[in-house]
Amino acid sequence: MNEMTPMKQERKQTFTGHQALILEEKLIFEIGSADKSGVDLEPVPPVNTRLGDCMAPAKPDLPGLSEPEALRHFVRLSQKNHSIDAGLYPLGSCTMKHNPRLNEKMARLPGFSDIHPLQPVSTVQGALELMDELAHWLKTLTNMPAVALSPKAGAHGELCGMMAIRAAIEARGELETRRRVLVPESAHGTNPATAALLGFKVDEIPANADGRVDLAAFKDKLGDDVAAIMLTNPNTCGLFERDIIEIADALHEAGGYFYCDGANFNAIVGRVRPGDLGIDAMHINLHKTFSTPHGGGGPGSGPTVLSDRLKAFAPLPYVVAGENGFDLIELEAQSGDQPFGRMVAFHGQMGMFVRALSYMKSHGSDGLRQVAEDAVLNANYVLASLQDVMTAPFAGPCMHEALFDDGFLKGTGVETLDFAKAMIDEGYHPMTMYFPLVVHGAMLIEPTETESRDTLDLFIATLRDLVRSANAGETERFTNAPELAPRRRLDETRAARQPILRWQSAEETAQAAE
Amino acid sequence: MRYLPLTPTDRGAMLSRIGVDTIDDLFIDVPEAARLDGPINLPPHQSEMQVERDLLAMAAQNKTASTVPFFCGAGAYKHHVPASVDHIIQRSEFLTSYTPYQPEITQGTLQYLFEFQTQVCELTGMPVANASMYDGSTATGEAVLMAHRITRKKRAVISARLHPHYRGVIDNLSDMGGFEVASPDDSVNGVEDLIALIDEDTSSVVVQYPDFFGSIRDYSTLASEVQSRGCLLIVVVPEIISLGLLKRPGDMGADIVTGEGQSLGNGLNFGGPYVGLFAAKEKYLRQMPGRLCGETVDADGKRGFVLTLSTREQHIRRDKATSNICTNSGLCSLAFTAHMTLLGGQGLRHLAELNHARAVQLADKLDSITGVEVVTPTFFNEFAIRLPAPAEQIVEALVEKSVLGGVPVSRLMPDSDMDDVLLVAATEANTEADLEIYEAALRDVLKGVSA
Ligand SMILES: Cc1ncc(COP(=O)(O)O)c(C=O)c1O
Repeated sequence: MNEMTPMKQERKQTFTGHQALILEEKLIFEIGSADKSGVDLEPVPPVNTRLGDCMAPAKPDLPGLSEPEALRHFVRLSQKNHSIDAGLYPLGSCTMKHNPRLNEKMARLPGFSDIHPLQPVSTVQGALELMDELAHWLKTLTNMPAVALSPKAGAHGELCGMMAIRAAIEARGELETRRRVLVPESAHGTNPATAALLGFKVDEIPANADGRVDLAAFKDKLGDDVAAIMLTNPNTCGLFERDIIEIADALHEAGGYFYCDGANFNAIVGRVRPGDLGIDAMHINLHKTFSTPHGGGGPGSGPTVLSDRLKAFAPLPYVVAGENGFDLIELEAQSGDQPFGRMVAFHGQMGMFVRALSYMKSHGSDGLRQVAEDAVLNANYVLASLQDVMTAPFAGPCMHEALFDDGFLKGTGVETLDFAKAMIDEGYHPMTMYFPLVVHGAMLIEPTETESRDTLDLFIATLRDLVRSANAGETERFTNAPELAPRRRLDETRAARQPILRWQSAEETAQAAE
Repeated sequence: MRYLPLTPTDRGAMLSRIGVDTIDDLFIDVPEAARLDGPINLPPHQSEMQVERDLLAMAAQNKTASTVPFFCGAGAYKHHVPASVDHIIQRSEFLTSYTPYQPEITQGTLQYLFEFQTQVCELTGMPVANASMYDGSTATGEAVLMAHRITRKKRAVISARLHPHYRGVIDNLSDMGGFEVASPDDSVNGVEDLIALIDEDTSSVVVQYPDFFGSIRDYSTLASEVQSRGCLLIVVVPEIISLGLLKRPGDMGADIVTGEGQSLGNGLNFGGPYVGLFAAKEKYLRQMPGRLCGETVDADGKRGFVLTLSTREQHIRRDKATSNICTNSGLCSLAFTAHMTLLGGQGLRHLAELNHARAVQLADKLDSITGVEVVTPTFFNEFAIRLPAPAEQIVEALVEKSVLGGVPVSRLMPDSDMDDVLLVAATEANTEADLEIYEAALRDVLKGVSA
């Protein structure tokens, strides 16, 4: 591909603004009309309304579209998105792996999708059985005695685990004294945000030269005011915390609890059980390790496993198996334990539970182990194939993701952001940028186990081409990128300075300006 | 293994490129004590067909809403979702993309989020809305925390007519976050004096619209009274279809509106995933939780959209963030927006009228049964009835007659002395025949009770 001289060409301007398959699409509010509808409804029978004095005088001022117009609108929008189905999506920490379509089909079985959370439990025994079986898989894979299924995503699972820890500390009568939560600098933002939400004081622990928790610094910070550590393992540099058992022992000795951020469980599932490492609580992002789709930012699901020391505090509700089938413990009075409360209405992300169990059963115990091995193999393959031209701040082997810093770009006039944007023109979604914060200009590449060797080889070759181009001084390839995407770089400063967060008609806008 | 592209040959070649002999060499950082030699004791992999058999067997044990006359509500509603909505959300480009952190190649997601925010604003009558929360209950918990930040006060007054699970979420946050909540004692029909409960530390008053028992009240006066005491009014809307027919909370003066968007585009799914709605007055924008999508232009001056004002969020602000939320309900908000677009304002109004009419028809039928009393004077598509026997018992007896007759209040409020109160919802999904079957079944069941 290098034999071709890169010729800078202006993209042809068209009369319509469309560019062949890239079709411009207006907002619904600019194409729809208030008296159009894509839904045929039965006629309204005449009744005396009982709305009191709260009836709105007019219908909502929202345009509608007929079905063909609506489909075209959303299909055109969809064509402006990159997706894992269309190509590699190596966002580190996000685990963009293939989403099996069997899972979608199973989640849509009416027996799961068309049941109400408050139907009598006698009419949803199969749903409770599924939750119970999912719980069994999660507990067995982690070697932990209990799991709270209700958290709605990873961050919500963190909140769940930290709430259980807080409840346990309160039960010990140490709430006034244990105020500090230790969080490594490399942690995901949700960790400190969660600790702060519960009123804990966040105390950062530095990383050592190996990209892991500095054991000595950590031990120095221990004391009887420490409530917990929130440690990600494998960590956000893609490295296994070698001293994790020692960390757990020292922490427990000091009376603290071990929260593990399990966002990266996909690297070790089937090969390492977090329960064997001394952790007390860990959330599992079903939308990462267990392949439920990310859906453009959600929904997720964050079941949280709990140790013996915490399981009595597990939140409501939970499923129990009894002689007459499954039951749902929804109220404190029904529970023989000390549940800390309720995190959410109803019982959690059932749609995600079905998908995750479908995935687990498909892979089985043997397949899940292979998942972790292939994820780690793919990441190390990328690391090994690029570390001569890009700079890896920490020595391998890595786990499921390969971390680079921007050292290799020094003096080229190209920054991490530019490098990432140039990848867009080459047909790739960029890697995670500027995270973790512990390395300069971070680029975190997570290929996942569902990429073939051919795909990785082409990706590696592309990155090598880009590095060569940056070193050759072809800065414009980077600083102007992307040039071929549906949009070029967007003005984020303007978006934040004069926020426009909803569509307004010309009259409304004019009115507001007055 | 059908989801894994690497072959044994690939693996061998890759290991040698890396410069190690076996895969175990890549796991050397795992402490020896924690290394597993063999597979974990769980079943081995299965064919697609076998997994399907297993899950079908579980699904078959559940009674589904579409196959019986169905009247459960209490925060989750059975509505008809147009077939095209599910097609749209299964587009690969929506289903299998991540949070739109690279706006140049995620304009599809960003534009529908902008459309979603606009729709939520218009429905609630509020000037700003975020790009979704997990669900209505967590959105409401976040609203209380936001009111604390805005007013720098730490106590919430909560209507006893708020959904008990939503209340549970707030109670839990209050236990954990060290703030107080206060509520009036209330019966099904009582008028609450929320103002009397406001004190100097109170940040907010939380009310539900229509309330948990179905009643509809105009909160305009409450809003000004609450605000004149330096507090915010939070209005919670668990059935978004109601806003097709009812006055908007924003027009009543609400400061924050939260809601559950499940009814538009999303199935019952046994409680999740759903989509939390969150809207507020413009002056509170910078205290909002969650993602916001905003309009801007690209380097060529073309209109485009980006995630914005993220200095509120955890990935930038860490322990100073307004919330810890990261993943939200992206795809469910697409379902919401697609369904809302298909309906349009006129379709939504029609849908809401149909829901209300079915509920009125049903209320009249049930009210005509001796011993049954409709206790909610005003309602949208859900109301409470008092029965001559414990509601849980009646609901079980109705199951025998293949009717899912509603949600007993005692299931959510066991200590409320409302064992005989049942919440009954009717929607466009109910036919007139369903209503007749329900009436006949309930008459039958009650005969057994009095005999
Ligand atoms: C390391 C880590 N922790 C926590 C989270 C939060 O998970 P969620 O987005 O599901 O709330 C993420 C996801 O982005 C993550 O990568």
